[in-house]
Amino acid sequence: MFLITEKRALAPKVSLMKVKAPYVVKHAKPGQFVILRVEENGERVPMTITEANRVDGTITIIFQEIGATTFKMNQLNAGDYLHDFVGPLGRASELEGLKKVAVVGGGVGCAIAYPVAKALHDQGAIVHTIIGFRNKDLIFLEDEFNQCSDMLIVTTDDGSNGNQGFVTNALKKLLESGERYDEVFTIGPLPMMKFVSLTTKPFNIKTIVSMNPIMIDGTGMCGGCRVTVGNEMKFACVDGPDFDGHLVDFDEAIRRNQMYSPFEKRQLDENCNLLRGVKHD
Amino acid sequence: MINLSLKKNEMPLQDPKERINNFDEVSLGYSLEQAIDEAKRCLACKHKPCVKGCPVEIDIPRFIQKITQGEIEEAYQIIGESSSLPSVCGRVCPQETQCEELCVRAIKGESVAIGRLERFVADYHHNNKHLLIEHVQSNNHKIAVVGSGPSGISCAYDLAQLGYKVTMFEALHIPGGVLVYGIPEFRLPKEIVRTEIKTLQDLGVEIETNVIIGKTLSIEDLFEDGFEAVFIGTGAGLPKFMNIPGEMLNGVYSANEFLTRVNLMKAYHQSSATPIQMAKRVAVIGGGNVAVDAARCAKRLGAEEVSIVYRRSMKELPARLEEIEHAEEEGIIFKLLTNPVQIIGDEKGYVQSIECVQMELGEPDSSGRRRPLIKKDSNFIIEVESVIMAIGTTPNPLITSTTKGLDTNSSGCIITKDDSGKTSREMVFAGGDVVTGAATVILAMGAGRKSAHAIDMKIRSLNQK
Ligand SMILES: Cc1cc2nc3c(=O)[nH]c(=O)nc-3n(C[C@H](O)[C@H](O)[C@H](O)COP(=O)(O)OP(=O)(O)OC[C@H]3O[C@@H](n4cnc5c(N)ncnc54)[C@H](O)[C@@H]3O)c2cc1C
Ligand SMILES: Cc1cc2nc3c(=O)[nH]c(=O)nc-3n(C[C@H](O)[C@H](O)[C@H](O)COP(=O)(O)OP(=O)(O)OC[C@H]3O[C@@H](n4cnc5c(N)ncnc54)[C@H](O)[C@@H]3O)c2cc1C
Ligand code: SF4
Ligand code: SF4
Ligand code: FES
Repeated sequence: MFLITEKRALAPKVSLMKVKAPYVVKHAKPGQFVILRVEENGERVPMTITEANRVDGTITIIFQEIGATTFKMNQLNAGDYLHDFVGPLGRASELEGLKKVAVVGGGVGCAIAYPVAKALHDQGAIVHTIIGFRNKDLIFLEDEFNQCSDMLIVTTDDGSNGNQGFVTNALKKLLESGERYDEVFTIGPLPMMKFVSLTTKPFNIKTIVSMNPIMIDGTGMCGGCRVTVGNEMKFACVDGPDFDGHLVDFDEAIRRNQMYSPFEKRQLDENCNLLRGVKHD
Repeated sequence: MINLSLKKNEMPLQDPKERINNFDEVSLGYSLEQAIDEAKRCLACKHKPCVKGCPVEIDIPRFIQKITQGEIEEAYQIIGESSSLPSVCGRVCPQETQCEELCVRAIKGESVAIGRLERFVADYHHNNKHLLIEHVQSNNHKIAVVGSGPSGISCAYDLAQLGYKVTMFEALHIPGGVLVYGIPEFRLPKEIVRTEIKTLQDLGVEIETNVIIGKTLSIEDLFEDGFEAVFIGTGAGLPKFMNIPGEMLNGVYSANEFLTRVNLMKAYHQSSATPIQMAKRVAVIGGGNVAVDAARCAKRLGAEEVSIVYRRSMKELPARLEEIEHAEEEGIIFKLLTNPVQIIGDEKGYVQSIECVQMELGEPDSSGRRRPLIKKDSNFIIEVESVIMAIGTTPNPLITSTTKGLDTNSSGCIITKDDSGKTSREMVFAGGDVVTGAATVILAMGAGRKSAHAIDMKIRSLNQK
């Protein structure tokens, strides 16, 4: 059992959680993730490590409530326990030697982008960050990003923060104005990463995406997390989650992530007791 | 009085019509009378041919004689001299190619039902024992066992009995390895695995689940933490795919994923949060135990038509004979001499059918089995919504890629110097599927034992100096 030492909301349906997991802390690096189970018989779900605190032995994760498991997670508070918590999984992001980088995050993906931006900043790289949200109420980590970015652009789909647009537009503007980067890191919903990759392609800038396929074990045992990269089959949990965005088959990945949509919907409804007393198969 | 019947005492089974609707164990086990009666078929051969067929050399006639005298606990102790998992091996060993193949009674008629008797003895022991764990005097030497499958379990068991302080590290949230995530409940009830694990814990073995060696902690960390030797029994869990078009379609599973969802995550239970596709028609590619298990699970999840697609003939099918028979009784279709060439999807990217070719058998290949060759223009379509790939696994590289000086072969298997499991790294031992590639429970168990004794010898010799 893994003790939750802190829990707070960052935005509607987005929460930060600190979990005591001294083993996981030891070797954790930016870009890696954990797999957790909320309870016995719970699903195994992956979450990126936002921060590994070597002093108090906690791992910080930031998650968005989107389905049954994340709903249950959001009911928990400091003092409660997670049933299982294993990591660090996946390969760390390769940041060595990078001098100037654009980090592009979308929605909850910003939680995943943050440790990468911070590590780059800490190693002395110039970091331009673009983060996008649907509206201004959903913005989180703005201060944290501010501290580790040489330039920060925050966009909203509806313009409620005064800067309407998608992250891809902002990135394109920078590139068109002549900004050049050693690499672009992008983390967010699959369609967003797809379009960021398409945006950087004509400029020939290496673009790293963080894939989030459906996972079970996270150790290379099930193959459920497979993605096609450069016409090769890769297991995101051990070969990734970072891949070259110009080589990833995004349409396939989008389709594969929807595999269990009907089941997930039902699972969530059951949680909310919408189905109580209703017969279903 | 010798029982001259040419046939084994039949194993009581759950009715096939019933059992395809549940995950309860198929074989119900002998009663005491049936066991004694079967045991009387054994001729107690002086030269014990059967023993040579058993990878761990259980003294078969000796334990069977005890059964005829009704001394079941004594029989258990005899098996225990050679095996620490009889309740498992009695159920899952491919007896027909091991002990039972060499039984003299098999020359005319059926062999003695050695596996069923072994299972009976182990179950009887577990149901009737008043367990007195003798607390072995600790020798204060710390050993790490990585992986909690049969090799790790047997290694930890023997080391604990020798007085070592053993910590077992397991990547998943439940210990047991393939015994919990792969082999289904209806063939090996998880309660049995839990009992074995509980015995380990009673012996003082610490089990740390949710720790991946090579990720969470390295082999170096283990030595720094004071472990004096490490046994690696991490199995062969990395699934292979065929590299044919369509393997990324929705509805294509590796057998590991399918079985893990069903067994480990209990997707067949309403209470489980883990989803699984409920397909009406399923094709399983492969012919080993893994393929047969996946097919029978699919049937139990409600599939109407389940086929096993295998490129050789029934004779070469590597699965245990008993499981093939049970699968046939359950209505699993065997499409033999058949090989898929591509998986075809619908416009939404879900599996619609597989295209296969017919095969014929040519000359024997390096494995001694006749090589399957494609029959020209024999392509045909099987309509299915789900395809499960059960064509083999290799060891995962989590440890070998993060440990310096640990040699592996081209298949990623750890190389050992002899059958004691010594690796190229000082004080690191390995055994089971991670060394041999996917094999059997009894071989993994035997390897774990041998390493335990080699570790003991090594530590003793170091401490004498
Ligand atoms: C490497 C990796 C890192 C991730 N990091 C974060 C993070 O830092 N913060 C965060 O909020 N989310 C993260 N995710 C996504 C997170 O795992 C899913 O949101 C979560 O599993 C949803 O579970 P649910 O039961 O609440 O939703 P469900 O209703 O079950 O699913 C909703 C959607 O989530 C995805 N999903 C469902 N089950 C899984 C699964 N077992 N593995 C992966 N995806 C799944 C599917 O696309 C699905 O359609 C990450 C995913 C991966 C693979
Ligand atoms: C579906 C199926 C059916 C089978 N049926 C039969 C049968 O009928 N008869 C038979 O004899 N054999 C059968 N086998 C084969 C048999 O189960 C294996 O040969 C045996 O389990 C191998 O044992 P092992 O201890 O080497 O490894 P495993 O049982 O594979 O256990 C390895 C364990 O190590 C863990 N692990 C892996 N990497 C790490 C790491 N880095 N750190 C920590 N832990 C790690 C894994 O999670 C796993 O729990 C079957 C296999 C499968 C998959
Ligand atoms: S362990 Fe396996 S091979 Fe050995 S006697 Fe038992 S069933 Fe036969
Ligand atoms: S070979 Fe058969 S009959 Fe002879 S001792 Fe072994 S089990 Fe008994
Ligand atoms: S999650 Fe199972 S192989 Fe990646």
